[in-house]
Amino acid sequence: MLELTQIRKVFNGGLHNEFTALTGISLTIQPGLVTVLKGASGSGKTTLLSLIGCMDRPTSGRITLAGHQLPGLPEASAGGVELTGLPERFLTEVRRRTFGFIFQQFHLLKGISVQENIMLPAYPMGEAHPVLLARAQQLLETFNLTRQATAKVEWLSGGEAQRVAIARALMNEPPVIIADEPTAHLDSHLSREFMAIIARLKAEGKTAIIASHDPLVYEAAGVDRVITMRDGRVEEDRTVEP
Amino acid sequence: MGKGLQRQRHILDFSLAALLRRKGKNLSLLLVYTVVVFSLASVMFFTQALKREAAQLLSGAPEMVVQKTLAGRHELIPAAYLEKIRTIMGVASVRGRLWGYYYDPVFGANYTLLVPEAGEPEPGRVTIGQGVARARKLVLGDLLTLRGADGGQRLFEIKQLLPAESELVSADLILISAADFTTLFGQPVGSFTDLALTVRNPSELATIAAKIVAALPDTRPLSRDDMARTYEAVFDWRGGILIFILAASLLAFAIFAWEKASGLSGEERREIGILKAIGWETSDVILLKFWEGLVVSLSAFLLGIILAYLHVFFTGAPLLAPALKGWSVLYPDFRLTPFIDPAQLFTLFFLSVVPYTVATIVPAWRAATVDPAAVMRS
Repeated sequence: MLELTQIRKVFNGGLHNEFTALTGISLTIQPGLVTVLKGASGSGKTTLLSLIGCMDRPTSGRITLAGHQLPGLPEASAGGVELTGLPERFLTEVRRRTFGFIFQQFHLLKGISVQENIMLPAYPMGEAHPVLLARAQQLLETFNLTRQATAKVEWLSGGEAQRVAIARALMNEPPVIIADEPTAHLDSHLSREFMAIIARLKAEGKTAIIASHDPLVYEAAGVDRVITMRDGRVEEDRTVEP
Repeated sequence: MGKGLQRQRHILDFSLAALLRRKGKNLSLLLVYTVVVFSLASVMFFTQALKREAAQLLSGAPEMVVQKTLAGRHELIPAAYLEKIRTIMGVASVRGRLWGYYYDPVFGANYTLLVPEAGEPEPGRVTIGQGVARARKLVLGDLLTLRGADGGQRLFEIKQLLPAESELVSADLILISAADFTTLFGQPVGSFTDLALTVRNPSELATIAAKIVAALPDTRPLSRDDMARTYEAVFDWRGGILIFILAASLLAFAIFAWEKASGLSGEERREIGILKAIGWETSDVILLKFWEGLVVSLSAFLLGIILAYLHVFFTGAPLLAPALKGWSVLYPDFRLTPFIDPAQLFTLFFLSVVPYTVATIVPAWRAATVDPAAVMRS
């Protein structure tokens, strides 16, 4: 469970171009559900996602993670581990074990194979190569990419690249998937396919947090909660009835 | 295999894949880098091997040589000096030596004429070095013509050629009999070019030298160590001059390498951002760039060293020979004994591999400390 309390994020603080991206955000994100952050460009969705995903720290407020086993971290108290106060080293550790990221542009590394792209997040973890390989091959199979395993990512179609990005996000077996505008560069068919994969992952017990202003995403079956944002604040928080 | 080692292995694997992705850039860098290491290592190996060769040859030289000087210049030493020195305590033996230089205007070369201690040729016959034989196209039994001090031409039969192994110092040598030497140069009988001494106790060389100077103030004793130092200085000077010339290319390379290594392209910056965003730590990115830098610089270093070794010890250093060996126009033709000084190799390693590796790490470190959230916003 992720709990956000009075989150505020200011960019360029104290400068003439100071900009408040988020203010007064308090949310509780339940595990095993699909939550969509909806809102226009500049509403603060991506900033909120990067704070939840430990890529950035809030200017003020607290983010607490509970219910996940985090090796190397102090024993989680009943209230969970407060991520905002963790040193950089631990924050990276939390990020790579807890969250899998899917970016708007997919951000795959050109010039290397599909399989290598999928394995990349696991390299610094120091697991044995055969273990990594087995896990990558399992993901390739799951996402119907076995034939493209040795192909370079620049040769892939949009749909294939999207599946590689999802497989990479799952490489470290994270409990939470974070996706930022994942359907921005996809046609309707591929967008629906993406949401079908998310529904499958939810069924497997994963938590998904998606930022999107695409109706194909926030109106998709399997979405449990839609949080509408505007000007860095939560405008509406709606639970979707099954 | 431990987790730490596995991490190193994965990141090294990935750095090799990353290097292959930028083949053009990295291969051109490797080529220039190899050429620089090759040039420096060639000069280093060659100078070192020459010094060693000279030192080995000098080990057979007399312990001390005594010359007579006049107004600070070397002149002939009378036989009477020999007798006087023989009586000095500690001197084991004294022998008068006859040697000099002969300028051959046809070939523009200087020959060294020497009356050997043992195996003196019979009058009318000579033994010559390989360089003289090559220059004048002489074989055994041919006649060598030398012009005497009186202007008359004298003919000498080639009795023997000096072995190629000693060519570094014997290329321009002509061994001649004492009688022919004095006649050819018109040298007064009862005088020598200098005197060669052996002593009973080598640790007393300095004391004996002082006694000689006290007894014969117009003489100059030279120990074998003095001569060895002179050789060393000459080869060091030649090597130094070449290194200085190479410094220009080294500087050009440094600028080239710095620009290539330190200038991260937009694509590389983007990749570092992605790696950070998918869970790599700053230290992982630095490790990646460290391996990349080390692979390029170590490959160039090893390649350069191996090529330099082959160049110097197997092909006779055709690129350096004219500048580094020989005393005159008669270039000695010989194969050097392979010898590598670990200290020099270590210095070269530190001057080539370390700066490049650091140059690749610093900008990567700067790029890797960026906020991974920047990737989300891009």
